[in-house]
Amino acid sequence: MKTTDKKNWEDNYQKFELRDADFTSISGRPLRPLYTGDDLSDFDADARLGFPGEFPYTRGVHPSMYRGRLWTMRQFAGMGTPEQTNLRYKFLLEKGQTGLSVAFDNPTLYGRDSDYALSVGEVGKTGVAVDTLADMERLFDGIPLDEVSTSMTINAPASWIFAMFLANAERRNIPLHKLRGTLQNDILKEYIAQKEWIFPPQPHIRLITDLMAFCADRVPQWNTISISGYHIREAGSTAAQELAFTLADGFTYVEHALRAGLDIDDFAPRLSFFFNAHLDFFEEIAKLRAARRIWARHMKDKYKAKNPRSWLCRFHVQTAGCSLTAQQPEINIVRTALEGLAGVLGGCQSLHTNSMDEALALPSEKAVEIALRTQQIIAYESGAANVIDPLGGSFYVETLTNEMEEEAERYFQKIEALGGVVPAIEQGFFQREITRAAYEYQMALSRKRKILVGVNEFANENQKLDIPILEIDEEVERDQIRRLNRVKQDRDQDAVRSRLQALERAAAATENLIPYLLDCARVYATLGEISEALIKIFGEYREQAFY
Amino acid sequence: MIDPNRKGEEVAGPKIKVIIAKPGLDGHDRGAKVVARALVEAGMEVVYLGLQQTPESIVNAAVEEDADVIGLSILSGAHMTHFRRVRELMETSGLGDRLLTGGGIIPTRDQEKLKAIGIGKVFGPGDDLREIVEYIQQWHRSRSG
Repeated sequence: MKTTDKKNWEDNYQKFELRDADFTSISGRPLRPLYTGDDLSDFDADARLGFPGEFPYTRGVHPSMYRGRLWTMRQFAGMGTPEQTNLRYKFLLEKGQTGLSVAFDNPTLYGRDSDYALSVGEVGKTGVAVDTLADMERLFDGIPLDEVSTSMTINAPASWIFAMFLANAERRNIPLHKLRGTLQNDILKEYIAQKEWIFPPQPHIRLITDLMAFCADRVPQWNTISISGYHIREAGSTAAQELAFTLADGFTYVEHALRAGLDIDDFAPRLSFFFNAHLDFFEEIAKLRAARRIWARHMKDKYKAKNPRSWLCRFHVQTAGCSLTAQQPEINIVRTALEGLAGVLGGCQSLHTNSMDEALALPSEKAVEIALRTQQIIAYESGAANVIDPLGGSFYVETLTNEMEEEAERYFQKIEALGGVVPAIEQGFFQREITRAAYEYQMALSRKRKILVGVNEFANENQKLDIPILEIDEEVERDQIRRLNRVKQDRDQDAVRSRLQALERAAAATENLIPYLLDCARVYATLGEISEALIKIFGEYREQAFY
Repeated sequence: MIDPNRKGEEVAGPKIKVIIAKPGLDGHDRGAKVVARALVEAGMEVVYLGLQQTPESIVNAAVEEDADVIGLSILSGAHMTHFRRVRELMETSGLGDRLLTGGGIIPTRDQEKLKAIGIGKVFGPGDDLREIVEYIQQWHRSRSG
């Protein structure tokens, strides 16, 4: 480009009065009015972009991307009893969904039974309640687990929920090596953002490494962890914080697995990721592209993985729940469409598009169907799936991708200076960074430096809610507790007792705990009983509440 | 070292004292923390109890602190259970004249039900922080005046 031309444009640009607006990204990133080749003057496109399916994978993890196979359309769902959720799964599969994704209720996420004191009022509310193998059987009744892939959003008790899932497959004579799916199993981001833990970090990390070792051998098609930025972003982080903290968590798991004696190329190909797609379209696309490049570089150069599959940052994307408004919920469909498109242009492997009513309640059937249709429109009507990485080479997107990468690297250094991810958690570093970003964003809305349509601008004062709202019957909790009691009465009590004791002994030693968890699940030990047995050895985690 | 959960004590004069808590097994603490911070900036004294609180632990803390206001943050769907129980305990603990308010993912229909059992305004996604601050200040003025 001739510099005189750019100078000419700059002079012209200066002559115009600009709108009264902050020209920054949603993360507060300052933006130039125009990006040109000057912004990429020393950019080595061959080395930094490569080709799809080739190192450093900036342009995608697969050579043919969506021409070969569209992303998996995977709507996160779960509510009430296992039967109710089972019906929702069948509804979604019938509407053309291609994978399942289980949402568990809060007691389950904390590894507690439905009759636990703190579970009152929460059973089946924001997901499905699973107390024992019997619930797992009901949840997947009639669903071909060897044909549909299943993702489970569960972390602290992930390995004993998974043990129940495996025990169910065994009972149905489905070979474990045929099971495909993902366990979220990412405890670090729980301490950072989502706050659903049981033990202190070290025993949780041990369970994760145990599961990686077990699956490499017995359930080879299973993604043993989904290292998640989604919740970090929902808690209020910026895009770059989401990127950096997530990848730093990923490196931490790698380092622990290596320390436990695992071979990197045995477990790294089964690591997967989960990112948020927020409203700032280009920033999100850049974040996703940067994630692939950073991960590949570290895995290859720093951790010396040899298998190219170990270099891949494969990820699920979910549109940003926190971007949705309770005001005029119908317009959330548009927000979700834009965010979903950013996920696709960022090269996701699977996508969840949020329902319009999520700032009000769990999604209704109508809202869920529209959400699924939204990504089907992106896939089949928008043309976005025809060309691989269509924004590659854009002066703006490439510059943003570079900036994201640089920002993430600066955070990695900061985290290292604090002693690593776990010490940084204990010092409240992530929690403070996120709370500050969340507060700044909220103040920007309050001062109208950021606009949210229908909320702090263009509000409709006379709006009337005109969409159905799903209600979870209070009876669900009583019903679930009744069933739990029945299972406890009918099982072989001696077997439960002896297997829980064996688990406890193994936990106190250094054995791989997964076979013991599987033994407990098979005899209908409850989620809470298993948690209690492990708490005796591992203790409980208490957070100092920072704000 | 300053207790990180207790802020806003250093400003002179009578201050509105607020307990902020997350009852039950709900880890969504973004709203609670952002609101806590906004209340401190507005000159109130805030005690943030953090996660996994029970109605009992919340009301006990309110009695101990002689708090004017209790704010519950609930995104778990358990709002009817928790608000009702905290209100009952406030009545029996001599805090019947204090404000119980809060926020979260709470359908309009339930907001009406909560109002009917003596719970103050309940806020949701998109509500302005200033609105929350003003609501508490106004309640406090009408109570002292």
